[in-house]
Amino acid sequence: MFEANSDKGSLQVRNVSKYFGTFCAVDGIDLEIQRGEFLTLLGPSGSGKTTLLMMIAGFLDITTGDIALDGNSISDVPAEKRNFGMVFQGYALFPHMTVRENVGYALSVRKRPESEIREKVNEMLDLVQLTEFADRKPGQLSGGQQQRVALARALCFEPPVLLLDEPLGALDKKLRVEVQDQLKDIHRRVGTTFIYVTHDQEEALSMSDRIVIMRDGAVEQVGTPYELYEKPINEFAAGFLGKSNFLHRSDGVYALRPEKIDIRPSGTGEGEPRLSGTIQSITYFGSMQRIMFLTTDGEELEVDIDSWRNRDPLAEGQSADLFWDKGAAVKLEE
Amino acid sequence: MNAIRKSLHPGWLLVAPFLLLVIALYLGPILNILWLSVTDPEPGMGNYRKLFVSDSLLRIFWTTIRICLITTVGSVLLGYSIAYAMVHCHQKQKSYMLTLLLVSFWISILVRTFSWLMLLGHRGLVNNALEGMGVISEPIAFMRNELGVLIGMIHYMIPYAVLPLLVNMQSLDMRVMDASRNLGASGQQTFMRVYLPLTLPGIVASSLLIFILSLGFYVTPAVLGGGKVLMIAEYISVQLLVTLKWGTAAMLAGLMLFGVLAMLYIMSRFMKLSAVFGGSA
Ligand SMILES: Nc1ncnc2c1ncn2[C@@H]1O[C@H](COP(=O)(O)OP(=O)(O)OP(=O)(O)O)[C@@H](O)[C@H]1O
Ligand SMILES: [Mg+2]
Repeated sequence: MFEANSDKGSLQVRNVSKYFGTFCAVDGIDLEIQRGEFLTLLGPSGSGKTTLLMMIAGFLDITTGDIALDGNSISDVPAEKRNFGMVFQGYALFPHMTVRENVGYALSVRKRPESEIREKVNEMLDLVQLTEFADRKPGQLSGGQQQRVALARALCFEPPVLLLDEPLGALDKKLRVEVQDQLKDIHRRVGTTFIYVTHDQEEALSMSDRIVIMRDGAVEQVGTPYELYEKPINEFAAGFLGKSNFLHRSDGVYALRPEKIDIRPSGTGEGEPRLSGTIQSITYFGSMQRIMFLTTDGEELEVDIDSWRNRDPLAEGQSADLFWDKGAAVKLEE
Repeated sequence: MNAIRKSLHPGWLLVAPFLLLVIALYLGPILNILWLSVTDPEPGMGNYRKLFVSDSLLRIFWTTIRICLITTVGSVLLGYSIAYAMVHCHQKQKSYMLTLLLVSFWISILVRTFSWLMLLGHRGLVNNALEGMGVISEPIAFMRNELGVLIGMIHYMIPYAVLPLLVNMQSLDMRVMDASRNLGASGQQTFMRVYLPLTLPGIVASSLLIFILSLGFYVTPAVLGGGKVLMIAEYISVQLLVTLKWGTAAMLAGLMLFGVLAMLYIMSRFMKLSAVFGGSA
C-alpha cells in the first residue's frame, strides 16, 4: 500500500507578504501546518488564497517573510525542486498524454526505471479507481475522472505536501459531495499534508482538520471546524462560516446561530423569554424552516427550526417568544 | 433516394452555384494543363520521359527541393522563436512585434528582394562597411548564389511561419507548463515533453504552408540567385515565354501539383488536417 513520507511534511509560513506593485495581496501571514494535516484556506474571492498557495508551491516569489519545510527554509528553492504535489484549478492535465503517462510524468522526468514507474502508476490508478481508463487521453474523461487523474498525478511521486486549488470548483453539486468523500478517504490513506483552497464553506467544514479564514490577504481566524463554528471571534468569521445573527448589546456584539434559537407562540414557552416580537415570514425548505423575526425593539433575527419540531405550526404575523441556551450567543471581539 | 437526401445537407444547395463556378474555373485550366503535358508537341508520355533523360531537368528538380526544404526548416526555426517571444512577452511589446511582423508582411516581395541586394550585394552596405573597417579585403559573396536565394526566401517566409505558430501557442493553457515544473521537470524537459508536442500542429501547419509556397517561388531566386540558381518555377516560365515548350512546362506544373497533393495526403495519414489548419478536429 501507499507509503507516506511519514517523517516529512510540516510547513512553517512565517510573516509572509506578497505585493503586486503597491497592492498588498497577502499581508503578513503566520501559519504552522502539522504533518499529515488537512488544512483549508477559506475566504471570499480575492482574499489571497491562490496567491498564498502559489508562493508555497514556488510559482510566485515572496515579497517578505519566509516559508520552511520541516524547519528548513525553502523560499529560495525553485518550484521544480520543491517536490510539492499540486492539483490545479481546472486540473492542467497534459492533453497529449494518456492517463498513464500523465500519472507517471513526475517519476519519468526523474528518470526512474520503467518497471518502477509502471508499478507505481498502477498503484495510484487503483487508489483513484481509474485503472480501466489508463490508456485514454484526458479529453475522453468526465470532469470527475479528470479531477482524479490530477490527484493521482500529484500524489504519484509521494510528495510530503499536496496543494489543491479549488479542485472541485468545476464539478456539479452532487459529484462534488461524492469526490469530497473520496478525497477525504485518500487523505486518510496516504497521510500526506493537504493544503486545500476553497470558498465553499460546507466543503471546508466537512473535510478539514483546521480551517484558515482569510480576508483581504490577512488571516481572520484559524481553528478546527468546531472551534470556528462555535466560537467565531468576529463578525466576518461568524458571517462567512455559516449564518449568524448579530445582537448589539451595551457590552458588545454577540453572534447567535439561527438554529440555536427556539421559537414558541407568545406565552407558551417555559421560563423567561430572551426576546419577544412577531414573525415576519416563514420559508419552507423541507427538512427545515427559516423564520424572519422582528423583535419589539426593532431587531431583525433569523431563526431556523427543524420542520418536525414545528408541531403547532407558527403563522406569519403571529407574535412569539425566542429562547436560547446560556452560551449560545458568543461575544465577539471588537 | 432517401439515403441521398439524408446524406446531402440542404446547406449544399445554397453553396452549389458558387461551388460549381469555382470548380469549373479551377478544374478547367488545370485539366487543360494536364492535357497539354501529354499532347504537346506530340501525343504520348514524351514530356515525362524527359525527366529521366535530361540531366538539367533533374538538377533543377533537386535544387528546388533542397532550397525549399532548407527554407522551410530555416523559417520555421526562426518563426518558432519569434512566435514564442511574442506569446510570452508583455502585451504592449507583443503588439509592437505584431505590427513589425505585419509591416514586413505587407511590403512587396520585389522591394524586399532588392533591399537584400542593397544590403548584402557585392558593393552593398555590409560588404562596404566590413571592408571600410578592414575586417575583410575581398567582398563576401552573399548574393548571386544559393546562399542569397535562401536568405531572401527565409526572410520572406518568416511571417507565414509565425502566424500559424502564434495561433497555436496562444491557445495553449500555460498552467500545463506550471504543472510540469511542479512535477519536477526542468525547463528543458518541460519544453521537450510538453511545449513542443503541444505546438506540433502549428509546426506542421507552417512547414506545409512554407514548403508549398516556396515551391512556386519565382522572383527571389531570379534576382538573388543571379541566374545561377534555377528553380522549377523560373524554369517553367522560361519554357513558356522563351523556348515556347508548353508541353514541358505543363508537365512540370502538373508534377508540382501532384507533389503537393501527395504531401497533403501523407500528412493527413499522420494527423487530422483540420486540426493542423485550425479546425476543431
Ligand atoms: N499577478 C497579479 N498582479 C496583480 N494583482 C494580482 C495578481 N494576482 C493576484 N492579484 C490580486 O491579488 C488578490 C488576491 O488574489 P488571489 O488570486 O490570491 O485571490 P483568491 O483568494 O484566490 O480568489 P478566488 O477565490 O477568486 O480564486 C486579488 O485582489 C487579485 O486581484
Ligand atoms: Mg484563487
